[in-house]
Amino acid sequence: MSFDVPDAFRYLESHEWTTTDDPARIGITDFAQDELGDVVFVELPAVGDEIEAGSAFGVVESIKAVSDLYAPISGEVTAVNEDLFDQPELVNDDPFGDGWMLEVEPSDDAFDDLLSAEAYREQIT
Amino acid sequence: MIYDQARYTEGDKHEPLLSEKDTTTVEVGGTDSPLPDDLTRDDLTLPGLSEPELARHYTRLSQMNWSIDSGPYPLGSCTMKYNPKFTEDVAADPNAAIHPDRSADSAQGNLGLLYGLQEYLAAIGGMDAVTLQPPAGAAGEFTGILVAKAYHDHHDNDRSEVIIPASAHGTNFATAAMAGYDVVELTADEDGRVDLEALKAAVSEETAALMLTNPNTVGLFERDIVEIAETVHDAGGLLYYDGANLNALLGRGRPGDMGFDIMHYNVHKTFATPHGGGGPGAGPVGVVDDLAAFLPSPRIEKTDDGEFERFEPDHTIGKVHGFSGNWLVLIKAYAYIARLGDDGLADASAKAVLNANYLADQLELAVPYGPFHHEFAATAGDRDAADVAKRMLDFGVHPPTTKWPEMVPEAMLTEPTEIESKRTLDRLAEAFNNAYSDTDEAIETAPSRTTASRIDQVSAARTPRLSWQALDDE
Repeated sequence: MSFDVPDAFRYLESHEWTTTDDPARIGITDFAQDELGDVVFVELPAVGDEIEAGSAFGVVESIKAVSDLYAPISGEVTAVNEDLFDQPELVNDDPFGDGWMLEVEPSDDAFDDLLSAEAYREQIT
Repeated sequence: MIYDQARYTEGDKHEPLLSEKDTTTVEVGGTDSPLPDDLTRDDLTLPGLSEPELARHYTRLSQMNWSIDSGPYPLGSCTMKYNPKFTEDVAADPNAAIHPDRSADSAQGNLGLLYGLQEYLAAIGGMDAVTLQPPAGAAGEFTGILVAKAYHDHHDNDRSEVIIPASAHGTNFATAAMAGYDVVELTADEDGRVDLEALKAAVSEETAALMLTNPNTVGLFERDIVEIAETVHDAGGLLYYDGANLNALLGRGRPGDMGFDIMHYNVHKTFATPHGGGGPGAGPVGVVDDLAAFLPSPRIEKTDDGEFERFEPDHTIGKVHGFSGNWLVLIKAYAYIARLGDDGLADASAKAVLNANYLADQLELAVPYGPFHHEFAATAGDRDAADVAKRMLDFGVHPPTTKWPEMVPEAMLTEPTEIESKRTLDRLAEAFNNAYSDTDEAIETAPSRTTASRIDQVSAARTPRLSWQALDDE
């Protein structure tokens, strides 16, 4: 099976993605949602919270497993996708689009340390 | 064996609710209630049913359910062993129904029983002192780690970490976190046991405790337990025993002798009291001498003149539950231990191990880790463990725990317990093998012969109906 891995995004080994915009948008990958199966619950920080690269910022729960979500970058949360609270299935349906989780104002330029689309693609194949 | 579970249907409904069977409305008399108007009502819907109608309703519900009285229930790790009925009689004895605030001199029999249970459990676990107060296994864990924390604090020894094997029960991680510790996760070695080198690298002066169950989650005995204990103790940490798997050791090995300092007893697993889910449970905790002064209050002691009395340990962490714990549950544990005696308990662990090993030997499924004791983690290989499990229901058995622990792919964690006969184990093996080798279509749509067919887990999780009132919203 082949999974979507948008070229413009950056990735973590733990299957989170981020855009390189300001604010940067964060979510989990197509591969991750497929591994998890039907997502039934997403727990996210609040707007104004600080998240730290490499640390857990939330939780995603599927019928198979409960997993921590790891922050690809550090910064202040400027927006949270509240649609996920009522429609967690968006994470399955559109992981890189409507299933986004956070917008973060990057406090440092940490994108360089992240995996490129090519490197991430290699990891999951 | 093929199994057909009872079905009672009216239209598209299974057995209706009592309130659907009869909707007689009664006037509520009197308007002089002291309560505010918005908390009172003038009439009430009360089903008016005869005794046989009521009895049939509950009998039907029980027939649509699965229980240990219906057949084998081999949930690994959970241990669904049979609770002998005589313990219910003992707990229902009118003499058992006393107020927990009764003075000690008027409740000597009851206090004597609690004291006796403390002594029994201490002897079984190789511990020096026991509290019966925690109301469940997880509450026992939490109590045990609070005791560890109080001990370190008392010695001005501030420590921040608890080490836990990755395959441990989720409650271990939750316990450590709730007690304010950081969790250090320990991955298993290739054999599925604690990796001694990894443990040596993980311990430090921050180590408050290592939480371990032995045999571990896939039924393997931690052969290096003495060295594990030394490693933790040399670093100044304590060793915590999770009583989840004590069934394999009863009368044969004692956590205290292995170097454990604290342990909890799952009386619902090992001593045949009912599981606590939805009702009262108990999770006694035992400790070695050095930690006894920190146990919850009150404990029961025997004075020099043979009287039983409650007392408060010198540096007690306080109360973790009311009074002396859930007394009626504790009576059942006492009754079970007293009835089986030394030989009976040792026989229970022997049969638990024998049954697990016999059953595994009959299976076409592989069991990656061994030699195991009272439970084993088979793998469904390239099949979905949950699908295989659901298909097993059609063969008249309850399936094992599925997809856990994660160290075994598509795990089917199986614990038949000591109570099952060879005949039942053979039936169980047949159900395993039939389901495992069945067609994709059969297992993906199973179960078909139960009262309720395949549950829609996704919508159940996404839009749960948490009370009967939610039915009205449809």
